[in-house]
Amino acid sequence: MNAPLAGPLNDNPNLDRWVAFPAPGKITVLTGRVELGQGVLTAMAQIAADELDVAIERITIRSGDTEKAPNEGYTAGSMSIQFGGVALRQACADVRALFLDQAAKALGCNVTELSIRDGRLFRSGTSTGQDYWTLSGAVDLGVKATGRGERKSVADLQNIGTSSARVDLPAKVFGESAFIHDLRLEGMVHARVVRQPNRGATIGSIDENAIRRAAKGPIEFVRNGNFLAIIGDNETAVEAAGVSAVKHVSWQNVEAPAPTQQEASWLLQKPVVERAFGAPEGGNPQNRERYEATYTRGYLAHASISPSCGLALYRDGRLTVWTHCQGVYPLRAALAKALKLEPSSIIVHHVQGSGCYGHNGADDAAADAAIIAMQKPGQPIRIRWRREEEFIYEPKTPAMVVKVRALLDDDGKPVDWTQEIWSPTHNLRPGAGGNLLGAIALPNPPPEPPPNDVPEANGGGATRNAEPLYHIAAKRILHHLVTETPVRTSALRGLGAMPNVFALECCIDDLAQRAGQDPVQYRLSITADPRARAVIEKVAAMAKWDAGTAGGTGRGRGIAFARYKNRAAYSAVIVDLSVDEEIRLHRVWCATDAGLVVNPDGVANQLEGGIIQSASWVLKEQVRFDNGVASFDWETYPVLKFSEVPEIEIELINTKDEAPLGVGEVTAGPTAAAIGNAVSHALGARIRDLPLTRERIMAALLRE
Amino acid sequence: MTKVFAFTVNGKPVNVSLDNEDTPLLDVLRNELGLVGTRFGCGLEQCGCCMVLIDGAPEKCCAKPAWSVEGKQVITVEGLGDAENPHPLQQAFLEEQAGQCGYCLAGILISAKALLDRNSKPSRTEIAQALDDNICRCGSHNRIVRAVQKAAAVIRAGAGR
Repeated sequence: MNAPLAGPLNDNPNLDRWVAFPAPGKITVLTGRVELGQGVLTAMAQIAADELDVAIERITIRSGDTEKAPNEGYTAGSMSIQFGGVALRQACADVRALFLDQAAKALGCNVTELSIRDGRLFRSGTSTGQDYWTLSGAVDLGVKATGRGERKSVADLQNIGTSSARVDLPAKVFGESAFIHDLRLEGMVHARVVRQPNRGATIGSIDENAIRRAAKGPIEFVRNGNFLAIIGDNETAVEAAGVSAVKHVSWQNVEAPAPTQQEASWLLQKPVVERAFGAPEGGNPQNRERYEATYTRGYLAHASISPSCGLALYRDGRLTVWTHCQGVYPLRAALAKALKLEPSSIIVHHVQGSGCYGHNGADDAAADAAIIAMQKPGQPIRIRWRREEEFIYEPKTPAMVVKVRALLDDDGKPVDWTQEIWSPTHNLRPGAGGNLLGAIALPNPPPEPPPNDVPEANGGGATRNAEPLYHIAAKRILHHLVTETPVRTSALRGLGAMPNVFALECCIDDLAQRAGQDPVQYRLSITADPRARAVIEKVAAMAKWDAGTAGGTGRGRGIAFARYKNRAAYSAVIVDLSVDEEIRLHRVWCATDAGLVVNPDGVANQLEGGIIQSASWVLKEQVRFDNGVASFDWETYPVLKFSEVPEIEIELINTKDEAPLGVGEVTAGPTAAAIGNAVSHALGARIRDLPLTRERIMAALLRE
Repeated sequence: MTKVFAFTVNGKPVNVSLDNEDTPLLDVLRNELGLVGTRFGCGLEQCGCCMVLIDGAPEKCCAKPAWSVEGKQVITVEGLGDAENPHPLQQAFLEEQAGQCGYCLAGILISAKALLDRNSKPSRTEIAQALDDNICRCGSHNRIVRAVQKAAAVIRAGAGR
C-alpha cells in the first residue's frame, strides 16, 4: 500500500502540474514555492534531479505562477522543503515510474531490467536508445499522482545532501536583471500611490499644481474613491511627485498612532478574544513553589532592503500581475474579490524581490498596480513603493506580552507551566482574510476581517512555540487575542516564536539559577526527546561550555534551545557577548538537527541569517510611533551593521534518515533567548523587555 | 529645457539628455542606460544598494544629481566583470555563496572593490567597517566578509585585477 500523499501533492495531484519535458534534453520542474532569497529553487532542482535521475543542469524551475505551477498557498512557515519538497520528490518519483512503465512496454521487457541515467533508459546496463524525451509523447502526465513511484534511498541520493551552488546568485552578483524592480514591459508607465493614512481616512484637498511643480516632468493623477495615484513615463518625475504629494494632499479622519501605543504593555488594556489550549487550569497543590515573570517585545518591521514593487496589465478583460509576494494563488483570489473579477481572468506571476521575511508590502504593491491598471486598460503599470512608504505601511509584527507562570517540584523543576500571551494577530495575509491596502481606499471598502490568528494546526500565530518542549506534567497556553491595534499586524519570520522562546528560555535559565544548576545540565534534566538533547549537547561541546562561570563581570554567555513550532527543525544556540553601556556580540555557536538536509550550505546560510536577523531585532529594533509611524527610514529604524555582526559557527547533526525539517525560522527564538541569558549572565541582572536598549541596560544595572 | 551630460560609465563615454538636471544618477543608470545592476534601496543615501565608483571613490547615487558626474568616470557592478570574465570579488562571492536575496550585493561589491583598491590585505574588522555603509537584511554578513578576504588574497597573488 502506498503512503498517503504529502499535502501539496494531494492538493495538486496531476503530475503535469509538477514536471514537464518541453524540449529534448530539457525538463521543467514546477513548484508553488517561490524564491525569497532562501535558496528554495536550488533545493527543488536538487530534489527533482535525484528522483528523475537527470543532471541538475537539465532542469529549469518555474515557480509561483497561477498559469502552470501548483497551488501551494504561501511560501512561509519554514514549510517549503518539509512539505513542498517532499511533495515534489514524490511527484518526480511517480513521473519516473510512469516512464519506466512506458519504456518496458515499448521494449517488451520487465521494468526491473530498466534503469535511468541522466534521462536515458538502460536495459540491463545497455543503452536502449530511449530517453524521457523520446518517450514523452506516449506518457500522459495529466494523470494523478499515486505515490507508487519509489523514492530513492538515502544511499542513492546524488544531489540531495550536497551544497549545490545557488542557481539565482550569479545574476545578482553580476548585476543582471534579477529582480521584479528590473522588469521592463513595453509601453510601461511608472506609478506612485498617495497612501490613505488609515481605513476611513478621506481625501480633503489635493494641491495638484504644487505636486506638478515638484515633479518637474509630466504626470497624471489617477483616482478612485480615496485611492489616489500618480503615473507618468518618467520615474524620476513620478517619484518626486509621490514625495511631494505627502505634503500636498490633505486627509480627513486620520488616526495617527501615538507614542503611548508603541509599547507592548498598551495591549493589556485592550479588548480581547480569549483562547486557551492545553491542560486545564488548577488541580495543582497550593504549596508548590511558584515562579512568575513577564516579558515584552515591541512592534517590528520586516524592513526589506528594497521597497515593494508590482506590475500589472489589464487588457482584453484579462489582468496580468507580476509580484514578489509569497503566495500567487491567494493574491489572485484577493485581487478577484477586490476588483470584482473572476479568478480565471487573472494571471499572477512571481518575480523575485528582496528578502521579505514574511508579509511585507509585496501583496499591496501588486494590488496598487492592479487597481491602476484597471483604470488604464492596455497600459502596463509599474509601481515601486517609496522607502518611507514601505516602513510606514508594511504590516508590522505585533508587540507581545508574554507572562510565564511555573509551579516547581522539590528539585526546582517545573511541573506546571502556563504561558499567557497578549498579542494581536500574526496573520493578516490576503489569504487569511486580510485586506489589500489599496482596496480599503476604494469606494465601498471591504469590511475588516474578524479577529483571527494562525490555527494551532498550522503552528499557531501568537501561540507559536509557547508550549515548552521540555518534560513538564501540565502545560497550557492562554492567548488574549487583542482585537484593537494602532497599526496593521501580520506575519514576520517565526511569528510568535521569537517572543515566546525568548520568554520561556529566559525563564528556564532563571529556574536553573534558582535550583543552583548549570543551564545546560538543567535543560538536559528536563529534556526527553533525544534529538533535542543532541543539539543542546552538541552546541555545548562546540562552545566548550563551562558550567559555573561567574556572572556579573560584564562578559556573558547564554544558551537557549527550541524546536521550531515543536515540529520543524531543532536548534540550540550559545552566545558570547559583553555589556557595558551597549551590548557587543562576540561569537555565536549553533547546532541544528533538520533531518535530511537537501543543501547543507543553504541550510547553514538560513540558520546564520536567522541568527543575525534575530540579533538585530533583540539589540536594536522597535517600530516607534509619534503622530504616526515614526520609524520610516534606516536612521529611525536602525538594523545590525557589518561591524556589529558576531562570528558564527554552525553544525548540522547528521540525521539524514529522518524526514527533512524546516529551518528558515528556527534560530530566531533561540538566538534571542541566548542573548537574553548571556546579558543576564554578564550583568547579574535580567532584562525582560525587548529590544535590549541602552536605557534598559542602565535601568537593570541600577536595580541591582 | 533639455541638457546633455557627458561622462563615462564602465569605461564607455555616454551622453545623456535630461529635461530635469536633478535626475539622480541612479535613475539615469537604470532607466536611461538600462544598467539595472545598481539597485534602488532607499533614495536617501542610507542603505548602500546604489553604490557606484565615481572617479574611484564609492558613492551612493540614489540622490546624487546626474549633473554632478559630468566629465567623471562611473563604475557600476556591471563594470566589474561578468559571468565569462568575473572580477575576483564576484568569483569569491559565488564561491562563498555570499548572499541570500542578493539585493544588496551590487552595492556591497562596489564598496568592497573600493576597499581593496586602497587596502590589499584588509582585516576582518577593516572589511566590516568598510561595509558599514551597506545594509544587508538577510544576514549574509560573515559570508560576504569571507568572500572579500578571499578575493583580496586572489588579487594579491596576481591572479586578478
